[in-house]
Amino acid sequence: MMQRRPLLKGLLAGATVAIAGRRAGAQTPGVTATEIKIGCTTPLSGPASAYGVIAKTIAAYFNMLNDQGGIAGHKINFIYYDDGYSPPRTVEQTRKLVEEDGVDFLFQNLGTPCNTAIRPYCNQHKIPQLFVSTGADKWGDYKHFPYTVGFNPSYRTEAEIYAKYILKQKPDAKVALIYQNDDFGKDYLNGLKQGFGDKFDKMVVKTATYEVTDPTIDSQIVSLQGAGADTLVTAAVPKFAAQAIRKVADLGWKPLHIMTNVSVSVGAVLKPAGLDNSIGLITAGYVKDPTDKKWDDDPGMKEWRAFSAKYMPGADLADGNITYGYGAAFVMTDVLRQCGTDFSRENVLKQALSIKDLEVPVFYPGIKVATSETNHQPIQELQLTRFNGHNFEPFGEVIRGSEASF
Amino acid sequence: MGQATLPAVAAPRAAARGFALLPALVILVAAAALTFVCSNYWLFQLTLVVAFAIAVLGLNIVTGYSGQISLGHGAFYAIGAYVTAILMSNPLTLPWLDPIEVPYWATLPVSAVVCGCLGFLLGFPALRLGGLYLALTTFALAVATPQLLKSDLLGDWTGGVQGLTILKPDPPGGLPLSADQWLYLFTLAVAAVLFVAARNLLRGRIGRALVAVRDHPLAAEAMGVDIALMKTGAFAVSAIYTGVAGSLGAIAIQFVAPDSFPVLLSIELFVGLVVGGVATVEGAIFGGVFVVLIPQIAEKISKAAPGAIYGGILIAVMYLMPFGIAGALRRLRRRA
Repeated sequence: MMQRRPLLKGLLAGATVAIAGRRAGAQTPGVTATEIKIGCTTPLSGPASAYGVIAKTIAAYFNMLNDQGGIAGHKINFIYYDDGYSPPRTVEQTRKLVEEDGVDFLFQNLGTPCNTAIRPYCNQHKIPQLFVSTGADKWGDYKHFPYTVGFNPSYRTEAEIYAKYILKQKPDAKVALIYQNDDFGKDYLNGLKQGFGDKFDKMVVKTATYEVTDPTIDSQIVSLQGAGADTLVTAAVPKFAAQAIRKVADLGWKPLHIMTNVSVSVGAVLKPAGLDNSIGLITAGYVKDPTDKKWDDDPGMKEWRAFSAKYMPGADLADGNITYGYGAAFVMTDVLRQCGTDFSRENVLKQALSIKDLEVPVFYPGIKVATSETNHQPIQELQLTRFNGHNFEPFGEVIRGSEASF
Repeated sequence: MGQATLPAVAAPRAAARGFALLPALVILVAAAALTFVCSNYWLFQLTLVVAFAIAVLGLNIVTGYSGQISLGHGAFYAIGAYVTAILMSNPLTLPWLDPIEVPYWATLPVSAVVCGCLGFLLGFPALRLGGLYLALTTFALAVATPQLLKSDLLGDWTGGVQGLTILKPDPPGGLPLSADQWLYLFTLAVAAVLFVAARNLLRGRIGRALVAVRDHPLAAEAMGVDIALMKTGAFAVSAIYTGVAGSLGAIAIQFVAPDSFPVLLSIELFVGLVVGGVATVEGAIFGGVFVVLIPQIAEKISKAAPGAIYGGILIAVMYLMPFGIAGALRRLRRRA
């Protein structure tokens, strides 16, 4: 027992030296003369694992880039770990990426709760948390979290764009809104309020909510029709979206039906609701639909198809997540090219916040990606699309939402 | 659940007690020494291992010793975590005092009391439900908890789906330690106290009574054991342990949200219990190690199907060590 203290002291001294040494040696973590390490967490297992294909696409994209010579002589080493969409696992895996693997920065971490869990850690340690893969509005909060940058257009932006469309095309519309009674649904209510401005009370004749635990939303749809609405905005997850489309058809009600882009999967929503019942449904998106014949000769999609064939053999090319992942990796690559030869965390963040009207080959024509020190939401424009019985056809011009205020 | 397969508790013998104390001390000192060897990331992982070990020990008290299967202990873990997070993110306001920032350590007794009361209450329906029916009832609790945490009624406190962020405590009084080092030592100290308490509780009269209730309730009653008190008491103590583990886990992770406590968490604790060794105190340590570290190893082996690798490891462990890791070690020691 007497000997323990000197031993402890010795260990402590050794550890201090080791830590100090590590700090002095590492100028830019994750960057060597030949490599840039980028980290990501994503669900590869569990209920949300369908999204895992995004990280796999990004890894394949960087493989392609490395085969073409990489960026300024650096190969990209994209490390992604499974978090099962569970926030505590995200924290574990993120700390592993940063402290063990020593990544330069994080890119495309997936999920709102997962990114919320690591946001304080990233900002405290000044690790750029770039282009997070979620549609929450809060990633725009540049004042409190300068190291966090969003990517997907927020639900609020989407709803605001619907309001702008209605104001322009149908200024005397009687609008009804049904939304899920949680943050997701309320973002749509807020977006409509922002889009309609002081006309909100005049335009919106009735709103209804449902709980995600409700068995059906039939009675809400009946009451919205009863209020005399001729335009219906549905902010519902796929199961309830399908119910809404079907009930509207059963009632013989023919409103202008606008549907959140969360719930426009042909297989999961429109087929169960009836494809005929879904004709005329309007939504807004930014990624080109890979199943749409319209893009067969599109140079951007041809590029994407060549990439998928070579670097993702066997993948289901109807999966929109692959196009999305390609688009995200394209934006990241552009940012790294802008970095020149300085891949320090500060410069990567600076370049990620200086994107000027970047067009992405797999995004709809006219959609421009842009960021600034005070704009951490790169995509704020959406293209309206209408269901023709087979797929969603783009129509009209790209509409821009306004920046969130923080 | 064949009750005959559950190992009996070794009778306390003076010699054995003296012998068991030394390895326990060695393990504790070795674990504490890791503070100065491991990187901050590994200390963070070890903190979670220790927290999960406490949670598995809690589950062991009710399922291993008193034989009441619970598939819902993730709920107590979640409640413990939320008690700590709510207390740490809301200054305590009393009408006659200035608002007080509740320190992290002070939240542990509170979450012990809250979880103990809830565990005691859950013990009553558990009296009427046995075996598989109790397993399903507790499972329902685990299914319901994340949704209850999301509900608007509690939204002002729990932060709804957004969850709550808490700050990592700094080491007290300018100790030359990093926050991760300090939290690991703190968690280890709490665990040491809880493990010693559990050992004393379970090796003595109460432990024997619990096992008697599990193995032969009628005989236990004939011997004068108050079965109702034993069963509800076991639930309460078990919930205290798991709740405190939840608190420690939340402080380490610095974030709680309903999605942090899925049904799978309860199953993981159950896995830790069985893999570590049913009805053994030291088995909980192996259970904690397994639950935290094996998924990571599985992912290292295969990114494509980490779940399948995890399942394979689990089957292999159960096949090679049917009484869990602690059971296998005991058998080795007996043979030696």
